[in-house]
Amino acid sequence: MRVTFTVNGREQSAQDVWEGESLLYVLRERLGLPGSKNACEQGECGSCTVYLDGVPVCACLVAAGQAEGRQVRTVEGLAEGDRLDPVQEAFVECGAVQCGFCTPGLLVQAHDLLERVPEPSDAEIREALAGNLCRCTGYEKILDAVRLAAARKGAAS
Amino acid sequence: MDFLRPTTWDEALAAKADQPDAVPIQGGTDVMVELNFDVRRPPALLDLGQVAELREWSTAGGMCRVGAGVPYTAVIEELGATLPGLAQAARTVGSPQIRNRGSVGGNLGAASPAGDSHPPLLAAGAVVEVESRGRGVRMIPAAEFYLGVKRSALEPDELIRAVHVPPATGPQYFSKVGTRNAMVIAVCSFALALHPRERRVGTGLGSAAPTPRRAIEAERLLAAELDWDAPLDPALLRRFGDLCARAAAPIDDVRGTAAYRVHAIGVMARRTLTWAWNDHLGKRAA
Repeated sequence: MRVTFTVNGREQSAQDVWEGESLLYVLRERLGLPGSKNACEQGECGSCTVYLDGVPVCACLVAAGQAEGRQVRTVEGLAEGDRLDPVQEAFVECGAVQCGFCTPGLLVQAHDLLERVPEPSDAEIREALAGNLCRCTGYEKILDAVRLAAARKGAAS
Repeated sequence: MDFLRPTTWDEALAAKADQPDAVPIQGGTDVMVELNFDVRRPPALLDLGQVAELREWSTAGGMCRVGAGVPYTAVIEELGATLPGLAQAARTVGSPQIRNRGSVGGNLGAASPAGDSHPPLLAAGAVVEVESRGRGVRMIPAAEFYLGVKRSALEPDELIRAVHVPPATGPQYFSKVGTRNAMVIAVCSFALALHPRERRVGTGLGSAAPTPRRAIEAERLLAAELDWDAPLDPALLRRFGDLCARAAAPIDDVRGTAAYRVHAIGVMARRTLTWAWNDHLGKRAA
């Protein structure tokens, strides 16, 4: 089947999509957007987190056909041109990226948290990121990065 | 495989009647896992995501009617005061991403004995509204909905429309045992609801038997012996915990042993009744 939806502000179509295929597969393998990572394929790891109509979801658990006509925003759509989002900058500066596999999902999830809760408590950060697994960092630097991004966004607004 | 995309409830019922082996998909948090892992190859997927009325909830006739597609996030944010037991259970489901997609209707459709919605629905006395094009609406009490492991009373041509839950008239609690606070399938779980007007206590056991179930004997004990104006009698509390544990019929599996589950059900039953009773007496004193 053919599936058409808006990705990072641009309408895109994928042909010959199998009806049981996930949104994640379409993004990575058909639309050339490999930012969202494919790891567990069961919603356990969060590395495929994308916005679907402004709500963070695991792209591996959305059937491609369910995205028809809807708005998808991936990690590739967080930066504005060459200017990284404050969350992305903070991850780089704080050393919150090691192997990088979990990073795209964490960035989208952290981005959503700061959109909804501009000054999150540590408990709120931990709760928001509870579905994003990282096997490298031990999470401390990720928490540092979210705190830094929150402070910068707060100062900028 | 067909991909069916009804945009109204009537279209959805027609699609299910014409193709009863189509698998309904709402948030996808169960169905997509089975597709991704090749566990299931249904002839058709019936996407209910476009059926807007499934995502609405309302209160009418003394019941809160929660559409089958209302995501857990909405249950938590909008129904915490009305349905505290269900909202507490919703908070323990998966992760924020899962709660943004997963729904009580999907939990009912999957009918897993470990589903987090089931114990609070049983404790509250919820009723499941299902519908088919040919036979119309059926109202199935939650206690009669679960028939076996991942088997429910839903007929092949029926879809789950909503669940009707009486708004809380007393304290409600949900307790769940798992290896961490997030992303955990229940080792076992327990829900309790006080119904002060009827001088009755409702219970629900999760992941402790082939189906979610009530602890009927334990409920009878409290209905007969609980003094609603007095502090909780420690001997009665102990007997309540024992009867709840005895209502369990669990198995050994990767998440825990049967013996552990039986023990944990007793502990959670005593704890949740103690918490609820503290609230109950506290409210009366205030």
